Amino acid sequence: MKRSKLAFWGFVGPSLFAFSLVVIIPLLVGIYYSFTDWNGIRSQVNFVGLTNYLDIFKDEGFVQAFIFTTKFTIASVISINIMGFSLALLVTRKLKISNALRTIFFMPNLIGGLILGFIWQFIFTKGFATLGELTGQRWLLGWLSNQETGFWGMVILMAWQMSGYLMVIYVAAIQNIPKELVEAAQIDGANAWERTKHIIFPLVRPAFTVSLFLTLSNSFKLYDQNLSLTGGGPANSTQMIAMNIYNTAFKFNEMGVAQAKAVVFFLVIGVITISQVYITKKSEVEM
Amino acid sequence: MNKGNKVILRIIGILTGLLFLSPFYIVVINAFKTKKELFMDTLGLPNSFSFDNFVEAWKRLDFLSVFFNSLIITVGSIVFIIIFSSMAAWMLQRTKSKLSNLIFFGYIAAMLIPFQAVMLPLVRVMGNLNLLNIPGLMFMYVGFGSSLSIFLYHGFVKGIPTALDEAATIDGCNSWQTFWHIIFPILKPITITVAILNTVWIWNDFLLPSLVINRPGTRTIPLATFFFFGEYTKQWHLALAGLGLAIIPVIIFYFFAQKHIIESVTAGSVK
Repeated sequence: MKRSKLAFWGFVGPSLFAFSLVVIIPLLVGIYYSFTDWNGIRSQVNFVGLTNYLDIFKDEGFVQAFIFTTKFTIASVISINIMGFSLALLVTRKLKISNALRTIFFMPNLIGGLILGFIWQFIFTKGFATLGELTGQRWLLGWLSNQETGFWGMVILMAWQMSGYLMVIYVAAIQNIPKELVEAAQIDGANAWERTKHIIFPLVRPAFTVSLFLTLSNSFKLYDQNLSLTGGGPANSTQMIAMNIYNTAFKFNEMGVAQAKAVVFFLVIGVITISQVYITKKSEVEM
Repeated sequence: MNKGNKVILRIIGILTGLLFLSPFYIVVINAFKTKKELFMDTLGLPNSFSFDNFVEAWKRLDFLSVFFNSLIITVGSIVFIIIFSSMAAWMLQRTKSKLSNLIFFGYIAAMLIPFQAVMLPLVRVMGNLNLLNIPGLMFMYVGFGSSLSIFLYHGFVKGIPTALDEAATIDGCNSWQTFWHIIFPILKPITITVAILNTVWIWNDFLLPSLVINRPGTRTIPLATFFFFGEYTKQWHLALAGLGLAIIPVIIFYFFAQKHIIESVTAGSVK
């Protein structure tokens, strides 16, 4: 069936117009700006070559944000996936309360990161302090007042928010496993742990690929929760890359440098997520 | 599974459930307290359930107008996302050409681009076009939302036999009629998914609106919450009442559309 060019552009055009103007053109303009001394105010923009890119690596704030973001991503990806998978195992055990539990576990995921960050700011600074004084547990005092508690505060917040999301993905995968497989293993005398390890784990691998991708990119790009929970403080010690880019641009008006950081950020995310999907896909089992 | 195990699992389930709910519990009970009460004890129940804090937070947030800003932006953007993405996805899937494949690939590849990479030039380009306002924001959501939406529609269209299109053409329908009368109604399940996934994202989005419509009068719920919170950090009783108000619409939405929401999230991630 042949359709005219007019029909093609009539249907694809409106979406493509918005997409180009909002994503493609700014991306290209941004790459260009990363090689200039653009500061957002002057209309005169000079080409400065690789200066901005070289400056990034001398920028201690950025390097420190990069290291913090990487550590945070590792900790949160591991904890969210373990929790999400455990919750999925729990709610697929056909308990009477399974549905109610699923509803509860998923709920935090629908609320915006900004609001969740504020809620947990209260819990960590006030709730933990009260609990600490009541029980005499000193480690509950002074949360978010140093880098370590800020770090774990963000990991806890993200685990609470995202594990319900991963639970839903893992549940779908677990329910796709043929019942006969599990029953056969049971008859052969495999206990619950052996069944999980040898049947459920290998067969939920595709869901694992997706979950790893989602948690990796979400954790690495985190901004809202970072802003509302710790604000990057104390003394920028919990600042993540996205916030560092924002501050470089809008607090210090170094648009060219900020844009160079954003390009590096984009490349790093691209390389990490594409290689992750490639590696985890390779080890999936066919059924 | 034997009975004893089931009891243990149920207890674990109930405890984990309570743990997950505890942050909401802490917000709610403290939002009812007076400043002094909250200072004395953050974990106990309030002395009285007075709605004073909520009334005060409602007024200072200008909640009704902020809520309507969020609603207009979300609903408006989603209507346009659905119309334009479904049209584009159908045409891209049905047209076998290099150009068509290239455009589709462009949409998919763009999913990896972090917002920060386009943020600064975007504000500048939109500023030059005089689009740093609510219609401009909706336009940007159509652009940013198109990647995932087209991807989902494209996958669904693949499953619709082309014979249907052909039959419509033989009956004298042009492309426009074929799409709106025959194809679009069949897309309903995936349209629901697209609508829900975009709703959750746009309703909660903070960074983009903060760059585009950050003025009194056009603020959305996340923006207003951010400013309100900045002003009242020393007054947790008011701040928490404000957070409570901000959450209520989401909880209501979840309560009514839970099944669709969970299905959409699964569909959106697994595909």
